Amino acid sequence: MALKDITLGQFFPGSSPIHRLDPRAKIVGLVAYIVALFLADWFVTYAVLLAVLAIVVKVSTVKVKALLKGLKPVIFLLVFTAVLNIFYTPGTPIFSLWIFTVTYEGVLHAFFMVVRIMMLISCTFLLTYTTSPLALTDGLESLLSPLKKLHAPVHELSMIMSIALRFIPTLIEETDKIMSAQRARGADFDTGNLLQRAKALIPLLVPLFISAFRRADELATAMECRCYHGGEGRTRMNRLRFRPGDVMFIVGAVLLAAVIGVMGHFGL
Amino acid sequence: MNDIIRTENLTFRYTTEEGAAPTVLDGLDLSIEAGSFVAVLGHNGSGKSTLAKHFNAILLPSGGKVYVDGMDTVDESRLLDIRRQIGMVFQNPDNQIVASVVEEDVAFAPENLGVPSEEIRTLVDDALKTVGMDQFARHAPHLLSGGQKQRVAIAGVLAMRPRCIVLDEPTAMLDPVGRAEVLSTVKKLNRERGVTVVLITHHMDEAAQADRLIVMHDGKIVRDGSPKEVFRDVEGLRALGLEVPQPVALMYELRRSGVDAPLDTLDADECAAALSKLLS
Repeated sequence: MALKDITLGQFFPGSSPIHRLDPRAKIVGLVAYIVALFLADWFVTYAVLLAVLAIVVKVSTVKVKALLKGLKPVIFLLVFTAVLNIFYTPGTPIFSLWIFTVTYEGVLHAFFMVVRIMMLISCTFLLTYTTSPLALTDGLESLLSPLKKLHAPVHELSMIMSIALRFIPTLIEETDKIMSAQRARGADFDTGNLLQRAKALIPLLVPLFISAFRRADELATAMECRCYHGGEGRTRMNRLRFRPGDVMFIVGAVLLAAVIGVMGHFGL
Repeated sequence: MNDIIRTENLTFRYTTEEGAAPTVLDGLDLSIEAGSFVAVLGHNGSGKSTLAKHFNAILLPSGGKVYVDGMDTVDESRLLDIRRQIGMVFQNPDNQIVASVVEEDVAFAPENLGVPSEEIRTLVDDALKTVGMDQFARHAPHLLSGGQKQRVAIAGVLAMRPRCIVLDEPTAMLDPVGRAEVLSTVKKLNRERGVTVVLITHHMDEAAQADRLIVMHDGKIVRDGSPKEVFRDVEGLRALGLEVPQPVALMYELRRSGVDAPLDTLDADECAAALSKLLS
């Protein structure tokens, strides 16, 4: 098992204009783009959105291969959606087989649905590929800060997220160590059926959890020692700043959603 | 008043559910002078870490008082003032680094204190330079060595500009190179910046480098003096289950076999000088 290959929240550092955008601009842009995706419903609008995505990918210097790799885990979902849409959309039948009827509308619907999901996932991955996890949490905290008025624990959530990200490599290293230690005592993690393998994980998970709790305890003390007392009155060293480019990006993304909405309304 | 930390009859008991409470600290009277370098030596369970946690109000006394720069640690309204005066560094560097970028982590304490952004920048750069980690400012902490991580942790505390740093066995998890890095950083802070240092340790050679050495046993202070005075009493320390630094041990053995060797040789150089004097 290669634990080092875990690609959670993967980030490809770079210096493209997309990398340099304010994380908030990117998040708003992504939301606008997703809205546009759901407003689109014919070839013209999909083509426009695909062209926009292609341009952004090109500018971001993210490899298309890396984006397609992100689609791998959802292949099943894609096939499932396609099959459901092909068989269950009523309309002009092309041919039927026993109780299954394939309709012209069904094929089209399935095609659009699959393209939509693929683009949805690709643009989300584009955000995490070009934004460091830290910038992402900062951006989210800043965007959600109006919710603080409703007593939503926005600061706490973003703190939890950034600490979780900080401890992923530490806990992976620890897992490796415990696995080696248990292997040295004769534990077998790699053979046997599913149930046996799941059982073999118990001697791994128990020490891992105990140590994680101990770490959490020590970290909490260390944070208190460094005057942590929640989000109140807290300042940041690197403040997020909107530059003209960020504003233009957001305006562009919202305009795109609006234009696609209008075009979709006219059935394009 | 020149004492940065002062305890009066400090007593601490853990409260257990059964009510049976073992006494961890037993009536300690202690003053730590501002600008001094104090080492606290003792066994596991001697109460030295518990004592350290009283210095910045992580633990509050069950009896007696702790004053930090004249402020009572029980006074909740002064809590942040107390904690920014007394920086605390723990054993495991991994469990005290909060952020996934070195400089972000160092900025954590001033951010909590609400320092304006531009000033945080100067505090962070200065702290990283002081511990010699400025070239690693944009690195991820988990890729650093143990000694480097511990120096980042020290920088994280320094960014509060504390008057005193309490280090609780900071070298226990480090290799010899890391230990030397951390110790020289701490000594430099004490000498060049005038920061008061309280070093809790069970390494005799580290304790020997302090100005003042306190030995704890069963929640009580059993020895208090300069390292030379304390380590002179080889038999007394051994009775407490503590060893003396190797140069002192060597001299002690020589004395037992009838040579009139001095017992105040704390490091190898002093020891060599004393031996050559004996031989000539």
